[in-house]
Amino acid sequence: MTGVRVSMTVNGVEYTRDVEPRTLLVYFLREHLGLTGTHVGCDTSTCGACTVLMDGKAVKSCTVLAVQAEGARITTVEGLARDGELHPIQQAFWDEHGLQCGFCTPGMMLAAVDLLQRNPNPTEDEIRHALEGNLCRCTGYQHIVNAVKAAARAMGAAVGAPAGGE
Amino acid sequence: MIPATFEYVRARSVREAISLLQQHGGRAKLLAGGHSLLPLMKLRLSQPEMLIDLGPVDELRGIREEGGSLVIGALTTHDEVANSPLVRERVPLLAECASQIGDVQVRNRGTIGGNLAHADPAADYPAAVLALEAQMECEGPAGIRTVPASQWFVDLLTTALGPDEVLCRLRVPVQTLGQGWSYTKLPHPASGYSLLGVACLVTVDGGVCRDARVAVTGAGPKAVRLAKVEQALVGGRLDEAAVAEAARLASDGLEATDDLYASAEYKRHLAVVYTKRALLRAVERARG
Amino acid sequence: MAVTQVFGARVRRREDPRLIRGTATYTDDVTLPGLCYAAFVRSPHAHARILRVDTSRARSAPGVLGVFTAQDLEGKVNSIPCGWQVPNCDLKTPPHPPLARDKVRFVGDAVAVVVAESRAQAYDAAELVEVDYEVLPAVVDTEAALQSATLVHDDVPQNRVLLWSVKGGDFEAAAREPGVRVVRQRLVNQRLIPNAMETRAATAQYNPGTGELTLWVTSQNPHIARVILSGVLSFPEHKLRVIAPEVGGGFGSKIPVYPEEAVVAHLATRLARPVKWAETRRENYLSTIHGRDHITDAEIAVRPDGTVVGLRVRTLANFGAYLSTAAPAIPTILYGLVLSGPYRIPNIDCEVTGVFTNTTPTDAYRGAGRPEATYVLERMMDLAARELGMDPAEIRRRNLIPKDQFPYTVATGITYDSGDYARALDRALEILDYPKVRAEQAAARQQGRYLGIGLSTYVEICGAGPSKVVGATGFAGGLWESAVVRFSPTGKVTVFTGTSPHGQGEETTFAQIVSQELGVPLDDVEVLHGDTDSILMGWGTYGSRTTPVGGTAVYLAAQKVKEKAQRIAAHQLEVSVDDLVFENGRFHVRGAPDRGMTIQEVALQAYLAWNLPEGMEPGLEGQANWDPSNFVFPFGTHACVVEVDPETGQVRILRYVAVDDCGRVINPLIVDGQVHGGIVQGVAQALWEAARYDPAGNLLTGSMADYAVPKASWLPHLECDRTETPTPVNPLGVKGVGETGTIAATPCVVNAVMDALSPLGIRHLDMPLWPERVWQAIRQAKGGAA
Repeated sequence: MTGVRVSMTVNGVEYTRDVEPRTLLVYFLREHLGLTGTHVGCDTSTCGACTVLMDGKAVKSCTVLAVQAEGARITTVEGLARDGELHPIQQAFWDEHGLQCGFCTPGMMLAAVDLLQRNPNPTEDEIRHALEGNLCRCTGYQHIVNAVKAAARAMGAAVGAPAGGE
Repeated sequence: MIPATFEYVRARSVREAISLLQQHGGRAKLLAGGHSLLPLMKLRLSQPEMLIDLGPVDELRGIREEGGSLVIGALTTHDEVANSPLVRERVPLLAECASQIGDVQVRNRGTIGGNLAHADPAADYPAAVLALEAQMECEGPAGIRTVPASQWFVDLLTTALGPDEVLCRLRVPVQTLGQGWSYTKLPHPASGYSLLGVACLVTVDGGVCRDARVAVTGAGPKAVRLAKVEQALVGGRLDEAAVAEAARLASDGLEATDDLYASAEYKRHLAVVYTKRALLRAVERARG
Repeated sequence: MAVTQVFGARVRRREDPRLIRGTATYTDDVTLPGLCYAAFVRSPHAHARILRVDTSRARSAPGVLGVFTAQDLEGKVNSIPCGWQVPNCDLKTPPHPPLARDKVRFVGDAVAVVVAESRAQAYDAAELVEVDYEVLPAVVDTEAALQSATLVHDDVPQNRVLLWSVKGGDFEAAAREPGVRVVRQRLVNQRLIPNAMETRAATAQYNPGTGELTLWVTSQNPHIARVILSGVLSFPEHKLRVIAPEVGGGFGSKIPVYPEEAVVAHLATRLARPVKWAETRRENYLSTIHGRDHITDAEIAVRPDGTVVGLRVRTLANFGAYLSTAAPAIPTILYGLVLSGPYRIPNIDCEVTGVFTNTTPTDAYRGAGRPEATYVLERMMDLAARELGMDPAEIRRRNLIPKDQFPYTVATGITYDSGDYARALDRALEILDYPKVRAEQAAARQQGRYLGIGLSTYVEICGAGPSKVVGATGFAGGLWESAVVRFSPTGKVTVFTGTSPHGQGEETTFAQIVSQELGVPLDDVEVLHGDTDSILMGWGTYGSRTTPVGGTAVYLAAQKVKEKAQRIAAHQLEVSVDDLVFENGRFHVRGAPDRGMTIQEVALQAYLAWNLPEGMEPGLEGQANWDPSNFVFPFGTHACVVEVDPETGQVRILRYVAVDDCGRVINPLIVDGQVHGGIVQGVAQALWEAARYDPAGNLLTGSMADYAVPKASWLPHLECDRTETPTPVNPLGVKGVGETGTIAATPCVVNAVMDALSPLGIRHLDMPLWPERVWQAIRQAKGGAA
């Protein structure tokens, strides 16, 4: 199989690789770049564990070919923190016990970042709806919702704080 | 899962995509957002030998107003449709429908063209474009042709799109003053598709219904207009009783298929309930 | 040094930084030089004879390193054993070959395995393995299995796995008592798919130089996996290292030892290459265990005043195609023995028949037996209340075991440790504002709205022990737990536990225990688990045992450290041990606070060993193996308010209140999280989740796009509170809390929906309460079209 050259910026670093066209973005991140924080939880584009930001918007990286991300800016969980400082959403998930096994967490946080970019002060109901593309089996969602609220407060307090990573 | 191998070509223009389709015949498939196609390919239920990626084709993007219609590029994502100020103002029914598709991530990536070309029987857009009487603009070797929504959906996963044609854009007549609208659905609990969805557009003038368009998706192999309901509404006053009475006709002759979460019988019943609810919401909006 | 009270504090979890930064290592994240990938070829038929397996095309596919069938594993990978041989029930344990040999017995049964250089190549080649099947009739339906001419295993007549019973008192006699009414109901507890977000995976590496085989595996109990796999692979246990790295949830589904991990471990030795296998979600739905799947005929005998005098149940339990590791215990011991719940029921009669079917094997799924029992009991309590025209809260209150009667032995023979059941009930009703919501319900009914209020009072049995008792139930292991608490010379502490938490947060909870007991800062404590090389022994994380059993072992190990440290300090301070006071991590002489040593200073002295008491060994660590004297029994009351849309049958939960009592609480934040997660899984069974097969044995809910795992938007804000009744069973006074929510929530929601529908005369509907089912019932109740 001939490879196709693809270039994209992941967490601020530009990468160029030759890949099989069928390579899904999630496997590109995990196996070509070694960024294993992005997880695969299903095969039907349902669970959202593979969620990353693509040009600032949450997408399921299991349903994007790496070659489709040509020229794109990708943010994964590894790119959320800056200079070692946790992103407010990470801090809030930690503070509010928004995770248990942690498997859904990277995708959940990135979906939450997408939400907070659009709606900096969401209600509990809005948070619950915005997270419909992310399944969590451990938390029953309550602490996740609390975490997103806390992150919204923190981000609102830090005026001018960037919503996205990267 | 991982798709079977395929060849991958990036089209730079619609013409190039058409010529690739002509060269490779049935072996090739067009790729837009990939949110209908890639899930099937991952499960290897679809194994095209070639994917023609329309991603780089800028002429398929954009939303503009032109001669009483919105022209929406096929690569416009559901999220763009849902949140475009132009769509929200001119065809709010379409925006409301788009905002209920799948989930945030799916809306960020899935495209209106891909969705309509795939024609999933439980997709949301089909009901809306039927009610809006949108036109699909397709380009093929012989040039551009326009297919009305009413002729677009042929059967399960089958549209009027020719094998070497590209669905380029939609023309959606802008909604007018006095028109009320609604898209209301019962989502499939796992997939988020419609177990049943109803789109409606009613024009009310002096309390009397001048025009009504109602379409349902999710019930059968393809989305359909509910002509009997529409006829029952037009010319009458739209009070709750009249709407409920008309909605009763939603199940009349409606083709419905059984699935795990909803039998055909239940779907017909849901068609009545959701038609009523969608209409009542639309009437409320028509009153402004 | 300032040490704050850490026991009972809402401490943020220490496991989180690696998880929120994406740097945690789950099994599928393990990378090794020369890693290759395995993919399994699975049966598309529920029941078929294997006529021929042709691997030639697959072998010559790009990147393929080998293709193996049952024949290739003959004598290399033995049958997968069942680890819980429940006695006195005529248990049948047919062989479970790692790859199907002559017959496949469920859709998803593995027939062959392909190893290739890449994951994609392995999938590609797996499609090229040609298997000829002679399709046989399949037995899928639980009830049909006993009568079926089709046998899942030729040597198991009637497909009957077991016939188990427990009896206390005399139900018949109680039912004949004058005035007693017997209420009957058939209850279906549907099959569920556990859905840990991380699917199963295994990565194996063999070092021919050392003879060591290392297996990273998604396990809740790596030591059990090591014991079983050393037998399955005939591999010396001391050369086999099993690591459960970060594990993405289990809910019971990662307790069993499965064929795939044995096969992958074997292939690593055979190919002398590290091999990885990661389940797809589709595979997970087919080949990872399912849970529940009971049909029960229940009878409750009740006096006119609401006193329950007897319960009789006849349960049919579907085991699927093979006996999974702990399967026999789930619908027997963990079900029948807890049927008394929180009530005084003098006469209990339970008989369970287990059957094989051509479906995915079932085993422990969160709660494992106890949700099934609680569902039966709590539905029957409501039905009895309705029969008598009694308030559901009142009938419960009347039958609860009073707080002054503990320890209390129920009719099934087990002895409850401690409780104040009425207090939890009262508190839940208070939070709910029960009279007010009843008034709202009445008002809503006037407007044609269907509001329902549901209650569920429960008692859980968890933290199993002692080992002698568990052994007598046929468990092929112990259920004690080990811990080592070790100071380093610089005063940092490492804790080794034989439990294997995978989301439950015990890295934090255990650190709190150690911090509290030894007065060291939380950040100075590291908790290690999940590696058979570094941990003495252990029995894993399940059955809500980790904190009550594993935490107690940690506590006891810390005491040993403290005792030794005190002796060293006394020696160096030249006072008697009894003259020392230990406060905030420092020993000082009673009455002379200036004369003292911190425990860190003692640790250094212990390692320097320049000046230790005569005969004392250097070093500072404590090791404890704790075998509990009894189970522990958390309890509580859950209550909810639902609204049913009579036009569509949709159910919406308006409020959900949980009052749980898990004894003393070490970390309220973590306990809340455990309760929330449990509730949602329990609610999901009531309303949404169900594994469904077609008559041929194809799984109709075969993907996450078909099976309804709950989403955030379906749930209300959860209102949780607690009462605290310590257990005398362990010195910490703690009970488990991992499963309480799941146990309580399911009947709570079903009771609420039935309450909502009661004006229509609807008495019972089986789960899941999908809209159509509810709508059909409403329609029928209204006599025709809705």
